[in-house]
Amino acid sequence: MAELVEAGASLRSARLRISAALWRRPWLKLGLLLAAPVLAFAVVYLGALVSLFVSAFWQIDAFTAAVIHKWTLDNFKTLWNDHTYWRITGRTIGIAAAVTVTDAVLAFPLAYFMARLATPRLRALLFIAVLLPLWSSYLVRIYAWRTILAKDGALNWFLNGIGLPDTGLAYTNTAMWIVFSYVWLPFMVLPVYAALERIPDSYLEASQDLGAKGSRTLRSVILPLALPGIVAGSIFTFSLTLGDFITPALVGGAGSSFIGNVVHDKVGQPDIPFAAAFATVPVVVMAIYLLIARRLGAFDAV
Amino acid sequence: METRSTRIGLGVATVAVIAFLWLPLLLIMAYAFNSSTIQSWPISGFTLHWFHEAWHDPEARSSLWLSIKVGLAATAVALVLGTAAAAAIYRFRFFGREAVSFLLLLPIALPGIITGMSLNSAFNFAGVRFSIWTIVVGHATFCVVIVYNNVLARLRRSSPSLLEASMDLGADGWQTFRFVVWPVLSTALVAGGLLAFALSFDEVIVTTFTAGAQTTLPIYILDHIQRGQDLPVVNAIVFVVILVTVIPVTIAQRLTGDTGVLRRGASRTKV
Repeated sequence: MAELVEAGASLRSARLRISAALWRRPWLKLGLLLAAPVLAFAVVYLGALVSLFVSAFWQIDAFTAAVIHKWTLDNFKTLWNDHTYWRITGRTIGIAAAVTVTDAVLAFPLAYFMARLATPRLRALLFIAVLLPLWSSYLVRIYAWRTILAKDGALNWFLNGIGLPDTGLAYTNTAMWIVFSYVWLPFMVLPVYAALERIPDSYLEASQDLGAKGSRTLRSVILPLALPGIVAGSIFTFSLTLGDFITPALVGGAGSSFIGNVVHDKVGQPDIPFAAAFATVPVVVMAIYLLIARRLGAFDAV
Repeated sequence: METRSTRIGLGVATVAVIAFLWLPLLLIMAYAFNSSTIQSWPISGFTLHWFHEAWHDPEARSSLWLSIKVGLAATAVALVLGTAAAAAIYRFRFFGREAVSFLLLLPIALPGIITGMSLNSAFNFAGVRFSIWTIVVGHATFCVVIVYNNVLARLRRSSPSLLEASMDLGADGWQTFRFVVWPVLSTALVAGGLLAFALSFDEVIVTTFTAGAQTTLPIYILDHIQRGQDLPVVNAIVFVVILVTVIPVTIAQRLTGDTGVLRRGASRTKV
């Protein structure tokens, strides 16, 4: 018994000594905490990322498909000279922009209602109603639209029911636009909501007292203050669309490849250097977009 | 302040947008009970047959099992790394602090295809054979951020003097952790873990690059949709997948009171 107590006491004093040692040497504690995550990320993730972009300047042997480690700009030259790739890039960026605008238009009234009109109870309910689709499987949501837009799907059934002809939307660019707008909409609602919620009532009252009508208040007070939120949301909608290849594969037509589809195919071939070269395009576009977004105050919004 | 007509207009728009968000989900869930093998609307009759079929489908079973194992492993890694990183960022001011938090955010700031591809080429380059662990590494990259954000948000709301008080009262590191830190963090960890699991469970883009020939549940679903094969079984699985992702998110939302779940959105912008 006495031994047990003694063992317990010495264990405790050992623990106290360790605690004290760590307390006196915060750098040691910091090192212990940071070593695992930083090493894992720096080595695995950053290493992989760097090696990817380095490989964009390599090439594969046409016969053996082995990667040749010789510096060349050929991948970029091919991209520049082949206008197929220009068209694909244009389509990707164009649809990403259209999706961003659509989501901003759809999200604004909902976010406004949530932030300024809904009772706390209703607001909590709407919150869940926006969050659940955000987290529910993105693949499943694309699949849902594939069945809705199909020839004998729910949309045509509805249109026929009210006496309209079939849409023929399945497997078109329009279908991709609808589905992308649908899938990323919650990402726009949340930051816009956060921005609108922070506008003090007194601003709107002041605007009214100074004689502004509703539309003028919207234009001169609400929209400028909501803009950072809209830009923050647009970062998701734009970036997520730029990098996607599942939606084009499932609801796009034969000639509706995105950058992501080409990259995915090239990795499968495998021609990783070319895939890496093409993948720099969305990264560069995003980098430019983020710089603009920062100017517009998007990073202070959320 | 808003006029009556504005209020009504906004109310109608809200109902319309919420319907737009939910109708497709409800519709695809209804297909799980379709008695016909033809994918047309309206469904022709009610049956539970496809759930039975899906449960006994060996391929679906093995891919479900793989997804669960990957999800659990990725969540475990994320809990350890995410919590350690959050504690370090919260407690210390050090050179490169911004860089560390930026590094952790990178996997969700960059499109999934970039993460997937770079890991794919790194595995090829290093001669690592594709296995369950390559998928886990892929998923862990973006799950860490989820835990990190949840834990950091919780730490920021608690007072650092709690730790000092505990030490002053003679508690050692373990006791401080067990009686002070753990009660503060536990729900944030549970919430972060649930969200990380939900994210891993339905991830498809990074997985296509890190799975090799293995099939997780989303890959199984994607393959079958693309080939138009066994769609009734897929519908039943999809029904379950929607429930499996919805339940943890609802619980996590209750545990964190909005902030945690929101972080997924918020974290992306803090680049």
